[in-house]
Amino acid sequence: MNATDSAPSADTDIPHLDVDPFSNEFFSDPYPAHEQLREAGPVVYLDKWNVYAVARYEEVRTVLNDPLTFCSSRGVGLSDFAKEKPWRPQSIILEADPPAHTRTRAVLNQVLSASVVKRLRERFTAAAVAKVDELVALKTFDAISDLAEAFPMSVFPDAMGLKKEGREHLLPYAVVGFNAFGPPNELRQTALERSAPHQAYVHEQCQRENLAPEGFGGCIHARVDSGDITEAEAPLLARALLSAGIDTTVNGIGAAVYCLARFPEQFELLRQDPALSRSAFEEAVRFESPVQTFFRTTTREVEISGNRIGEGEKVLMFLGAANRDPRRWDKPDSYDITRRTSGHVGFGSGIHMCVGQLVARLEGEVMLTALAQRIAKIEISGEPKRRFNNTLRGLDSLPVTITPA
Amino acid sequence: MTAIIFIHPDGKSERVEASYGESVMQAATRHGIDGILAECGGNAMCATCHVYVDPSWLARLPDMGDDEDALLDGTATERLPNSRLSCQIHVTSALDGIMLRLPERQF
Repeated sequence: MNATDSAPSADTDIPHLDVDPFSNEFFSDPYPAHEQLREAGPVVYLDKWNVYAVARYEEVRTVLNDPLTFCSSRGVGLSDFAKEKPWRPQSIILEADPPAHTRTRAVLNQVLSASVVKRLRERFTAAAVAKVDELVALKTFDAISDLAEAFPMSVFPDAMGLKKEGREHLLPYAVVGFNAFGPPNELRQTALERSAPHQAYVHEQCQRENLAPEGFGGCIHARVDSGDITEAEAPLLARALLSAGIDTTVNGIGAAVYCLARFPEQFELLRQDPALSRSAFEEAVRFESPVQTFFRTTTREVEISGNRIGEGEKVLMFLGAANRDPRRWDKPDSYDITRRTSGHVGFGSGIHMCVGQLVARLEGEVMLTALAQRIAKIEISGEPKRRFNNTLRGLDSLPVTITPA
Repeated sequence: MTAIIFIHPDGKSERVEASYGESVMQAATRHGIDGILAECGGNAMCATCHVYVDPSWLARLPDMGDDEDALLDGTATERLPNSRLSCQIHVTSALDGIMLRLPERQF
């Protein structure tokens, strides 16, 4: 390093850290490492996986909102599709750039539009109420398997238009996908080794004949008839919803329940005003950031906050760290259901921002409303167990005992 | 600076000073206006920054994009001819004094 050279050059000024953000140690408690990553500089370099990384809010937003410089078509995991074959046929939406992405995104925007989601409200509300009534009768249950998994599984596959048989493959398939964004560690390798039956199920169910015409899947296929997408593209878009539409909401709802169980004064606030359900869910997405990280690849030499990065480099974005950056958030480590969360990056930002965010928010809102109206108290009655995944943050089990209202 | 007047459903009004270059939604959230949620943070993806523009100001606004048009079909309160998403209205000197009515709810 040349200390007299004041111009930012190469990556000599970029701090190198030996943090492994894909280790179980990191997953167990990412917050001290998040702080280390944020405070080391606006851009850091992780020697363990040879990638650049951004963990501050401002820089994460910058990368998310400049998709032409920080592209997705070379993969949004560590693997660079310019050098390595993707583990499954490349996504034509998540792993695509404009203008190709613009066309496919427009289709999913319409399939999951605000007016479509508005029509789901009644059905999702009834399902949430029925689920909470079951749980109230149980009193003691696992808030992950019995609630956070059970509720999305009771509404999303039907909304998608899936057959009843084989749905047990959905969560394991998502686990593979989200682990596969990570580096070639044990989590990724094991997930891929076991992925064949889940991949076969998803491939089959994304075909037109297996999807109800009125569901999201059927609506995607109908866009073949109008000429917006090809017959080959429709199953890939349906696959995108099966990959990203379930485990994310499982972990979002799991995060919200875990927050409300840990911070009873916030649950009390919610009980007094169940209209806060929507913001209680959104704040849980900020606070826990169920989707912790994504990668981009630079398409040219670029400078971020005075730090130069060459072309063809992977850049890791720490969404979870950005969502707790004290430069942006007041008391970032407090779960506060009255907080103005607008601008958090838990759903991403820019052209790739979660296309299912309206469905996710609806699921979260109606579930928290049902809990707030029927339950007086949620107590953690056993040791919560963390689930390790290269991308997703959430629990494996959360034993709780509730007091009915 | 451009003055923007928000009228709450109960008739109370609040005036904020907005800067050029920001959106009306950003000005509202920066000043803590209740009734503008902006869940997606200004990406034109959520329809929770819905406003009813005072009809006399409507013609002065930029045209609506397809994304905004589609989102307005899914607003929590009824879509009216003067419905807009405040994240898609960029502050200019031409909007000084614009009056925006807030809907009863955003979800």
